[in-house]
Amino acid sequence: MNADILSLSYPLTRLVLWLVLIFAFIGLNALILVWVERKVAGYVQLRPGPLHVGPIGLLQPLVDAIKLMAKQLVTPAAGDKVLFWAAPLLAFAPVTVCFLPLPFDARFNPLPMNLGLVLILSFSGLGVVSLCLAGWGSNNKWSLLGAARAVSQAVAYEVPLLLAVMAVAITAGSLDLYAITAKQGGWPWQWYGVKNPLAFFIFLVCAVAETNRAPFDLPEAESELTAGFHTEYSGMGFGLFFLAEYANMIIVSGVAAALFLGGWQGPFLPGVWWFLVKIYCILFFIIWLRWTFPRVRFDQLLNISWKWLTPLALLDFALAVVVAGLGG
Amino acid sequence: MQAFDPNALRGDQSSVRFEPGPTEDKLILSMGPQHPSTHGVLRIMLELDGEYILRAEPILGYIHRMHEWMAEQKTYMQFMPNMGRVDYLHAMAWNWAYAGAVERLAGIEVPERADHIRVAVTELNRISSHLLWWGAYLLDLGAFTPIMYAFDDRERILDILQDVTGSRLTYSYFTFGGVYGDVPETFAARCLEFTKYLRTRLPMYKDLVTDNVILRGRCEGIGDLPVDIARRYGATGPVLRGSGIATDTRKAEPYGGYDRYEFRIPVYTECDAMARYMVRLDELETSCDIIDQAVASLPEGPFQAKVGKTLKPPKGEACFAVEGARGKILVTVRSDGGPKPYRVKLRAPGFSNMSLFCELARGTLLADAVSILGSLDLVIPEIDR
Repeated sequence: MNADILSLSYPLTRLVLWLVLIFAFIGLNALILVWVERKVAGYVQLRPGPLHVGPIGLLQPLVDAIKLMAKQLVTPAAGDKVLFWAAPLLAFAPVTVCFLPLPFDARFNPLPMNLGLVLILSFSGLGVVSLCLAGWGSNNKWSLLGAARAVSQAVAYEVPLLLAVMAVAITAGSLDLYAITAKQGGWPWQWYGVKNPLAFFIFLVCAVAETNRAPFDLPEAESELTAGFHTEYSGMGFGLFFLAEYANMIIVSGVAAALFLGGWQGPFLPGVWWFLVKIYCILFFIIWLRWTFPRVRFDQLLNISWKWLTPLALLDFALAVVVAGLGG
Repeated sequence: MQAFDPNALRGDQSSVRFEPGPTEDKLILSMGPQHPSTHGVLRIMLELDGEYILRAEPILGYIHRMHEWMAEQKTYMQFMPNMGRVDYLHAMAWNWAYAGAVERLAGIEVPERADHIRVAVTELNRISSHLLWWGAYLLDLGAFTPIMYAFDDRERILDILQDVTGSRLTYSYFTFGGVYGDVPETFAARCLEFTKYLRTRLPMYKDLVTDNVILRGRCEGIGDLPVDIARRYGATGPVLRGSGIATDTRKAEPYGGYDRYEFRIPVYTECDAMARYMVRLDELETSCDIIDQAVASLPEGPFQAKVGKTLKPPKGEACFAVEGARGKILVTVRSDGGPKPYRVKLRAPGFSNMSLFCELARGTLLADAVSILGSLDLVIPEIDR
């Protein structure tokens, strides 16, 4: 039994090992992504961005992370202490699980399962609970408003997101991200994003809304709600929300790359690199959006979802079912 | 563990007076004085139902500095630096309003060159004020980038004005009977260069920001300000012109030779935040036109009238109105014949415009209230004085 636990074929050992690797991956990528975001923002805004810490400012996110960890953790006097500190942990923990089914390469398979897509969707849905708890536990009116916004936004955007994903799953005939990726080819005309651009578009819009990024960053709309649900968080409490946001961005980009852009497949480069290139292209698009557009209003946000995206996604889903039925 | 005292959250005298105690489905929210969108230390008490605003009440006094009282303690000239600190974004207009009132009181004639310089620097300052407003307003609406472009343009104005006045923000450049110093040789060329540059930037701002569908959604039909309410509250400036009334002190009661120049007053009849936005953007072009004409026809001659060292205006009262970036600035000076003013009254346009907020915000969403507040272009030190 003991020898079994130490071997890589034992499921629990494998899982723990992969989770540790995923933590390292999230940490590294979050650091890079913060740097990329600040650099892109800088160039969008006619300024150089981080410059002085390390070569071309590369160490700036690391220094920021150290600063966040060194800061005092303040709990609001009137807040609910347990919920208040449960929220950032709850924001971050599910995110790590979502990395397990991501198809980095055909041979690189952390946790073989045929329901990878469902796992990601269900665990990323947990994120909203953390925002809700953060808003409630802070006992701050701005946080509460942010939490209320987060919940209705999540409810509104999960629906078209699921429909868009399901359309692709039906076309591919699988819920396994490896199988869906394998059904596509390395060239753009073989991608589901090109074959079904409507689903890709809906997925991208919903992904931005799901990760609470501008122009849909209403739960933390700083000019309206000061900082929304994380108004009261300092130090690593805020840091975990921050990390979770960036990890979520990587996950939705990874899912988009796997579902719509052919995942690891591509000419010349090894698979992992293609996958990362595609992820970072989508991330760049999301960052670019944030630094270009004003924020939408709350009712407009819900209108976009319920009046446009959901019907369109339903239509797309129906079409995908019909096409799959005719083809099969 | 220390027990939490619920009374600690009861609020201060303002919030307690606003509502004796929160009811079950309503939220009393204190927006400011440290809120990012009040742009200064304005505080607004809000009564919310969900995110809908039932009632709004601005609370002032966080940056009251008793400018009017200070005026009574200082000689006429000593009070001039205060004028740069009333509305720090359009300091030149306040300079001019005070200098004009004292000149009118003392019967000082301003040389023609000084008038031209005054017009040019005031309009440059108006452009810098509008650019800053534009950037900050877009920041309120959640667009982070425009303010950087606005500051880039504004920096060029500040460089020009720094060469002229020596300061970059709180100018006290005007004196009684002219301006403090002559402009440098290169002033006219730099102004023309700047207006040419700004005209190339404005189409880009229109394409990127003004025509953006999200911005339009956030501004159009928001903060509807009917003409009668605007008149009742004494709104002036771009706020009034966004409600379709073509009134501008520069045209209505021309001062400093504004009647010499050809310019158009932008007016929009939509009465919403977008109309006020468009008025201000169009005013950038109007100001460019005025600057071009003022520096092109800059005459030779003295930049200052000869005024005695200690100014003692005769007994009486005079007022002088100036079109500031935010509306009509009116300074009334009363003299008892001594070296100090007997009384100085400052009429700030921001105060009247801010009072509109309670009317405009009622029934809107919290996000709209931010948009409305931004569209009124408030500068809190000017309101509090």
